[in-house]
Amino acid sequence: MTLTNSQHQRHYPAPPNQIYLYGTCLADTLFPDSGIDAIEFLERQGIEVIYPQGQTCCGQPAYNSGYTKQARTVAKQQIKQFPLDIPIVVISGSCGGMMRHHYQELLDGEPEISQFCDRIFEFTEFLVNVLKIKLNDNGEPERVALHTSCAARREMGVHLTGRELLGQLEHVELVTHPYESECCGFGGTFSVKHGDISIAMVNDKSQHLAETGVVRYVSADWGCMMNINGALEYQGKSLRGEHIASYLLNRTQTKEQ
Amino acid sequence: MNNTTPASQTQPLEDESKYAASARNFRQNVARDLANDELRSNFRGAMDYLIDKRQSAFSDQDELETLRRQCQLIKQRCLVKLPLLLEQLEQQLTSNGIKVHWAETITQANEIIASIIESKQGKTVVKGKSMVSEETALNDHLEQRDIECLESDMGEYIVQLAHEHPSHIIMPAIHQNKRQVADLFAKNIEGFEHTTDVDALIQQGRKVLREKFCHADVGVSGVNFAVAQTGTLCLVENEGNGRMCTTVPDLHIAITGIEKVVESLNDVPPLLSLLTRSATGQAISTYFNMISHPRQTGEKDGPKEVHLVLLDNGRSQMYSDPELRQTLQCIRCGACMNHCPVYTRIGGHAYGTVYPGPIGKMVSPHMLGLEATTNLPTASSLCGACGEVCPVKIPIPKILLRLREESVKPVGDIPLIMKGQGSGRKPIEASVWKAWAAVHQSPTLYALSMWAVTRARAILPQKLGPWTQARTAPKVAAQTLHERVKLRNSQKQESGNE
Ligand code: SF4
Repeated sequence: MTLTNSQHQRHYPAPPNQIYLYGTCLADTLFPDSGIDAIEFLERQGIEVIYPQGQTCCGQPAYNSGYTKQARTVAKQQIKQFPLDIPIVVISGSCGGMMRHHYQELLDGEPEISQFCDRIFEFTEFLVNVLKIKLNDNGEPERVALHTSCAARREMGVHLTGRELLGQLEHVELVTHPYESECCGFGGTFSVKHGDISIAMVNDKSQHLAETGVVRYVSADWGCMMNINGALEYQGKSLRGEHIASYLLNRTQTKEQ
Repeated sequence: MNNTTPASQTQPLEDESKYAASARNFRQNVARDLANDELRSNFRGAMDYLIDKRQSAFSDQDELETLRRQCQLIKQRCLVKLPLLLEQLEQQLTSNGIKVHWAETITQANEIIASIIESKQGKTVVKGKSMVSEETALNDHLEQRDIECLESDMGEYIVQLAHEHPSHIIMPAIHQNKRQVADLFAKNIEGFEHTTDVDALIQQGRKVLREKFCHADVGVSGVNFAVAQTGTLCLVENEGNGRMCTTVPDLHIAITGIEKVVESLNDVPPLLSLLTRSATGQAISTYFNMISHPRQTGEKDGPKEVHLVLLDNGRSQMYSDPELRQTLQCIRCGACMNHCPVYTRIGGHAYGTVYPGPIGKMVSPHMLGLEATTNLPTASSLCGACGEVCPVKIPIPKILLRLREESVKPVGDIPLIMKGQGSGRKPIEASVWKAWAAVHQSPTLYALSMWAVTRARAILPQKLGPWTQARTAPKVAAQTLHERVKLRNSQKQESGNE
């Protein structure tokens, strides 16, 4: 199976009253603010957000390291946490890709696995394609760059929806950075196993972002941002990335139209 | 050595390829080449150029997708029928007068080729570009038998002069810039007029090569598509050297991997179109040769004898697993390398293998064993740029994941999928993942460990191996998202109750 970004052929449901939020282990441990911001933002759209306390990790770290059995055990456990037939909104494109696409194969044979995968939406994808959101920008004029994780881009089409959302913000100018679609070098355990290659990549990525002169870049993936922000901070640069949920929350008061 | 069984039966293992040793040095090679600024800028510049070329050749995304799907299906169909098609190819070639040889290992392939040359008292060989002959290290072998072998593709010629290996499967000398090539020619070509004008440079190199064609006893070439129904060997090239190699000398020996067989001539045009456009952005290559038989009575030119050596070297192993089999769909266009952010940074030589880049990471473990190549499948961020451009839609990241899985499987796990399976398993790592799974499959244990981590945040290490060599350490939050949500919900409930 070659994964093409799933927004192309996807049939989107009508806006629901209720959703689950998948927070991801990274946001849980390191960046909880973005999880809370996502919840608040969604609630502002009149949606009830359920955050199951039993969720842990999508299993991607083990899956990407070749420990498929361990990944499967953990993945199975996630499925149990989301019994209601409502959308599951994931605030990370790569975890979203894992649950929407890779679970199909990893949990092949599990009852109703396809239905589960069909309920997975990446945060920006959900806003644009399910809620068909219209944003009201109340922030000061500013220039921002966008970084989309590779899995988010290639499996979930997040570069399209991320762009669309930022494009709706009247006072925000989206700046394209050189090699925008190139990987930041994170890749989970890759960044540790092949540290020197990963460093060469993140140094380039942070430089390309810094070259744009923006004070902030936005992303829907904490994996990449942990990597890029870490490099920027190490280099003594002031540029930082912000999760798109927080960014949208801060800039808007939204109206459904 | 003219046995006619497809090369799938087991035979004693050959001596280890020299590439196994250099693949083992992957980490050192990477460190060496990452530190070479000139090399890195050569690669970045060249890859940017090739990416642009490809992009301009595919202006219509829908057409591209249709063609990719079509070519994927062609290759899949041919692979399903592979044993039959190979048999048919052999019959057809034989009846066309082309001799077919089967080699399971690279040593066998080299031996077959050397014996054919020696049986004709051949002393000099001109070679068109052939990655499979690189795979067998044919030049080294022939040299040992006192047969001189001259590379006639300009890139290969440069690499040969420099005593190097190709750093790219389409552009063998892409790691060198024009100044470096000029210096190399100045050292090696008599009467060379120093210039960094690319055309002038290449012209001078070509002159040397033309001379050699006229005097060579043997031409060796690769094959891009071997057509089973008609017994036709198709060769794609841009310099005309392939045509010279396959027509001027009296003896032509072609060598290729068993996966290059296609069913009919109808399969060729779509594959060719995707190959050249994906590789160099060309609508079609300058030359496209179709070789169906040796010189026939009444014909004025062409080789008197044509041989085809079909090499296995790990391909049967790829074939025997349905997922890994997709590796054999590859048409060697190099697009995955051009778009790979890892390849762009470390270059082709760091891999230590014949085939570098994503394609190399997929095939080398079969050719050299997973033990020698254990670092290759993991040296990817799985960004997916390769899979996105692969003309035959090989799910490259998926295959790399699978190789990682094979690499860390417990030794002795059955079925045995590949040579070196389990060789990358480290007991400590395996226990870490076991523990990880235990924690993450239990909401209670997870909550407990999160509680511990957040409470210990002040005393967590600030140095995290390679991570903190270029980045600051991430900071654990004071409260997890789980806790914050719980708190938030109870506050909401309270305010709701008031
Ligand atoms: S794997 Fe695909 S992209 Fe890479 S060389 Fe083969 S055909 Fe081309």
